[in-house]
Parts: sequence; structure tokens; C-alpha cells
Amino acid sequence: MSKAPLTTPDERVALFQKLFSDTIPHNKALGVKVLAVARGTASMRLDWRSELVGNPETGVLAGGPLTAMLDSCCGMAVATMLKAPLPFATLDLRIDYAKPATPGQPVIAEAECYRITRSVAFTRAFAHHGDPKDPIAAAAGTFMLGTKGKVTQAQSVGDQAGE
Amino acid sequence: MTTYLDRLADARRTGDVGRLAEAIPYARWMRIAPENTTGELLTRMRYHSDLIGNTFLPALHGGTLGAMLELAAIFHVLWETDAPTVPKIVNITVDYLRSAGPQDVVAAAKVTRQGRRMVNVFVEAWQEERARPVATGQAHFLVKSDNEPPSL
Repeated sequence: MSKAPLTTPDERVALFQKLFSDTIPHNKALGVKVLAVARGTASMRLDWRSELVGNPETGVLAGGPLTAMLDSCCGMAVATMLKAPLPFATLDLRIDYAKPATPGQPVIAEAECYRITRSVAFTRAFAHHGDPKDPIAAAAGTFMLGTKGKVTQAQSVGDQAGE
Repeated sequence: MTTYLDRLADARRTGDVGRLAEAIPYARWMRIAPENTTGELLTRMRYHSDLIGNTFLPALHGGTLGAMLELAAIFHVLWETDAPTVPKIVNITVDYLRSAGPQDVVAAAKVTRQGRRMVNVFVEAWQEERARPVATGQAHFLVKSDNEPPSL
């Protein structure tokens, strides 16, 4: 029998929003919003803003905000898999830019942590405007587990991720 | 309207490479800009607290390092090659080597291979010591316009 989740889906989103956006300065600065979270998966939204534009002639977002959001979303998917609090850090991250983001439209990221070992967690993610089959960017990230330093609250919520 | 390539020509004329970043809202917001004070084109991300990803260590957010490596590679291709368009990024792979502390990050890029349509760029970022990089990256850019408007 699996253990009942400690939180409802809405409470979970609120908790992960607090730990992964409100208390991580760069995610807060980007204005990343947590949309959904479950064991092994995470989803976030980034609203278009003029400060995040890479090409002022077209209004298309720069690559950087997508990279930062995909890194965070993959990291959040890793956090949902941890059975006990454990510090971790991105080891490598690959981003494929499939097509430019449409100016003015929010971008949604969906990440999955598909395998976790003692030392490494493997993740994949897509960024899109609502249809995952029509991606803006694809990411593959690996994370090193048990890195130096004090564990953060965001790295201690694996038991709150639900099923 | 001043296009980005006009701005590049202007930056070349005046030797002020910093102008390449002024036109990019995201680069201004992140405080990322190229500089050529040492004769080598470097890109600097000036520290500010919005770059933090881990407040306990504290350490810069991995995404900010990826973003500055990408911009450093773009500035390098614009400045050091005679690409006829603004390079269009295809992909980037970032290796995170060390945790980056709350201070400036500097990056230097190198063209690994330049083809007619595709450029492969290696880029490296460090803080105190160049011999101890915090992150490295490898990126591909399309540099030939194929009937599509150039984008950054």
C-alpha cells in the first residue's frame, strides 16, 4: 500500500510555489509560477515580459529565461523524487531550441524525473505554449545528488509531492 | 528603424562592443554585456541578488550561468566572425563544474568549427580564477538566413 499524500493537489502547488519560486530569488525575479506537481513531474509557467525579450525587433523571448525555467522545472521534478532531504545541483543541461516563443504568450514548462540513483537524477523537459506536441524548447538535465552544503527547504519536500 | 546589424556596424566603427548588449532587453535586465578592455572579447554578468538560486550556499542560479554562456557565444560570433545575420541558436549544452558564488561571472568563447550555415562554439565561464571555470558550454548557431527573419 502506498502512503497517502500529506497534502491536496492545491496545497502542494502552494507549497512548491513558495519553495521553488517565492524563496528562490532568480525564479522570483523571472516571475515563474508553479502549475502542478506530483511524484516525478513538475510544471511551471513563465509570462511574457518586455525585460525578457532577446530580439527587440520581434519581441521574441531570449533563450536565457527558458534555460532558467527549464533548469528550475527539472530541479523541482528531482525534488519530488527524494525520499529524504538531500542537497543537489545541476550537473549538465542541454537545451534544444525548436522554435521561437510567440511574443506576448506565456510559456509552460513540463519536466519529468524518469530515473534517480544514489548519486544522479535524470530529467527531461519541454517548453510549449499549451500543446506539448508543438514544443518551443526541449531540455535534458542531469543532477548530482548529495552535493556540498546545507540542504534547502526546496530539497526537503519529497514527501509532500503526492503520488 | 535601427536593425541589430546596423548596431553591430556602429559598434565596430566605434570599437565599443558594449553596444551589442544595449539593444537586448534581457541582457540589460541580467546585467550581461561584452567588453574588450583586455584585447580579448569577454562577456561579464555583473552580480546582483536577483541572480541567486540557492540562498543557503549562497550560489548563482544555474539558469543564469546557462543564459550568460549563451549570450557570450552570441556576442563572440557577432564580433569575431563575419556572419551575415544575427546568429540563431540551435542548441546549447552546459556543464556545471563548480558552484558559482555571489560575485561577477566572466566568460570567453571560441569558435570550434565554422561552416557555411552552422557555427559550433565553445564557451567557458569563471569567477576568481580562469583556471577554475564554474561552467562550460558548447552551442550551435545557424548563421545563414534561410528566408526566415533573424532572431536572437
